[in-house]
Amino acid sequence: MRRSADLGQLPGLSSKFSPDISLEVFRRICLVRNFELEVANAYKAGLIISPIYLSVGQESIAAALSTVISGYHIFAQHRAHATYLAFGGDPVALIDELLGRPTGCTKGIGGSPMIREPNINMVGHHGLIGENVPLAVGFALGSGQNTVSFFGDAAGEEDYVLGSMGFASRYKLPILFVCEDNNLSILTPTEVRRNWEVADVAEALKIPAIDITDDPWLIAHHTRELVKKLPAFINCRACRHFWHAGVGRDGPPEWDRFEMVKQELNELGIDYKNTEEETARYVKGLWEKQLQKR
Amino acid sequence: MGKTVAETIKEISREHLEKNNGLVLGQALAAVGWVNNTVPDTRGIIELSMADVAGSGIAVGAAVAGRRPIFILRFQDFIFLNGSIIINYAAKTKEFFGKGTPIFVRLIAAEGKGAGPVHSGKLHSICMHFPGLRVCSPMTPKEYLEAWKVFMENDDPMIVSEHRHSFDNRDEMPDIAAADADITIYAISIARFNAIKAREILAEDGIRCNLVHIMWLKPFTLNERLLRPLRNTKKGIVVDSGYETAGASQSIAYSLMLETGSPVKALGLYDKSVGVTTETENTTPDANRIAAVIREMCKDKTRVKAKR
Repeated sequence: MRRSADLGQLPGLSSKFSPDISLEVFRRICLVRNFELEVANAYKAGLIISPIYLSVGQESIAAALSTVISGYHIFAQHRAHATYLAFGGDPVALIDELLGRPTGCTKGIGGSPMIREPNINMVGHHGLIGENVPLAVGFALGSGQNTVSFFGDAAGEEDYVLGSMGFASRYKLPILFVCEDNNLSILTPTEVRRNWEVADVAEALKIPAIDITDDPWLIAHHTRELVKKLPAFINCRACRHFWHAGVGRDGPPEWDRFEMVKQELNELGIDYKNTEEETARYVKGLWEKQLQKR
Repeated sequence: MGKTVAETIKEISREHLEKNNGLVLGQALAAVGWVNNTVPDTRGIIELSMADVAGSGIAVGAAVAGRRPIFILRFQDFIFLNGSIIINYAAKTKEFFGKGTPIFVRLIAAEGKGAGPVHSGKLHSICMHFPGLRVCSPMTPKEYLEAWKVFMENDDPMIVSEHRHSFDNRDEMPDIAAADADITIYAISIARFNAIKAREILAEDGIRCNLVHIMWLKPFTLNERLLRPLRNTKKGIVVDSGYETAGASQSIAYSLMLETGSPVKALGLYDKSVGVTTETENTTPDANRIAAVIREMCKDKTRVKAKR
């Protein structure tokens, strides 16, 4: 079992990043964390009636990647609030989407798993796990442009995800595959579902692959290398704090990367308090303003 | 001599690849006779792996990238594995994201000669079920050109139900309608060729049939071309190459009946799987079967004739 909070950690790596970059990654993590907790509140208050797929606990993956692969065409999965926000999507259009308003990013009729944001080249998803992967591969084939495809550890079991990775390898397409691996399909752990790793299959398909924890510095470090040899695959072990859908919880998560990043920033001597407070205030203000419109 | 349907498809494809920056994607395209000689040997041909679901997703992804791909399914039975991303994604993007996903799906039928249970599918009916898809079944060169023009002028995914038995056809198929005919036949796919023969057989029995050809299955418009002959004959039959149950024949017969109040029968395949022997092939209703059903529907007329 490879899964752990320090899988693949490289000691001293964070100190090699400039404080500006480290703080920016943290700001994006904060943005997602605060936004998602507001979504949870709105959901509990009955203001959101369709299922929600929260990114709480998995924020660091999109936050780190967005600093390395900005400009890529994004094919996100159903759990994509973090991708949308970290890459710079309009938070107001996402709030409106979740509230079912016509001003939402999918006209308010798609909800949480069907979000899109043309301003950051984020192509709309339809909510079926893994089908965004062949779509992304076909887009990379058709456009020749850099593309990123996010999926979860369960989608990694879909035959069409593996078949698409094989096709990308055969045609040497400019695509980065990212598995946001929270170890759960609804609530069924990976070890019950399979005895193999997606990263091993990727390598068998002749795609450079790495399997690491969700430390943002580690993700950024490896992504910088992998984008030089696309197609490539990166598996990031993370913890989903809430249920697959909705706001239920099953006890404390295995780890909370948000807290671990703060600790790391402390050790680096980077003052993050202002960033944390400002981001929280900003998100709260956005939600208050949008909810008043109701 | 005009072009055949196959030559027309090949020419459209060549122009799309060489002038429109288009793509043609499919499995085993070059290896087996270039799909009945409908695929040109030129740039932009993408050989897909045999991963069906992934393959159709890749084709749809190329459509998202704006390449207006022609996606070839060499047998209609493959639509089950390949349909998910076409139906669940391509057909929905216009409603949800305000932008269509134009992919031209060549869904090619075969039957007879022992094609058997999983290569004889004529499955345009199931495609008619879903919002967001255009569905047609062109059987002549001009009809194929019309289908292509509509595809290029719109941004919807289009399912083109082809049939190998039409590939050598060079002739157009105009409707035949007379005010004093006994019954109106509506025909779809290769049932159209069989209906032409059935009409000749029935003429010898003194039964006069209108024949209305149906190429566009969705959107399906009940216009005067379709309705006027039925208003005259007050009796109709819709003949299709696919299954009758919940199929195009029943669906269209229902629309015609509701609009005119006249009885319209549906005729398609028997509700049985397709075997490889002549007895079990369950092919498109042939001229004799169509004629027999129509004779039964017009037996008042045949009795009158017998008394004379």
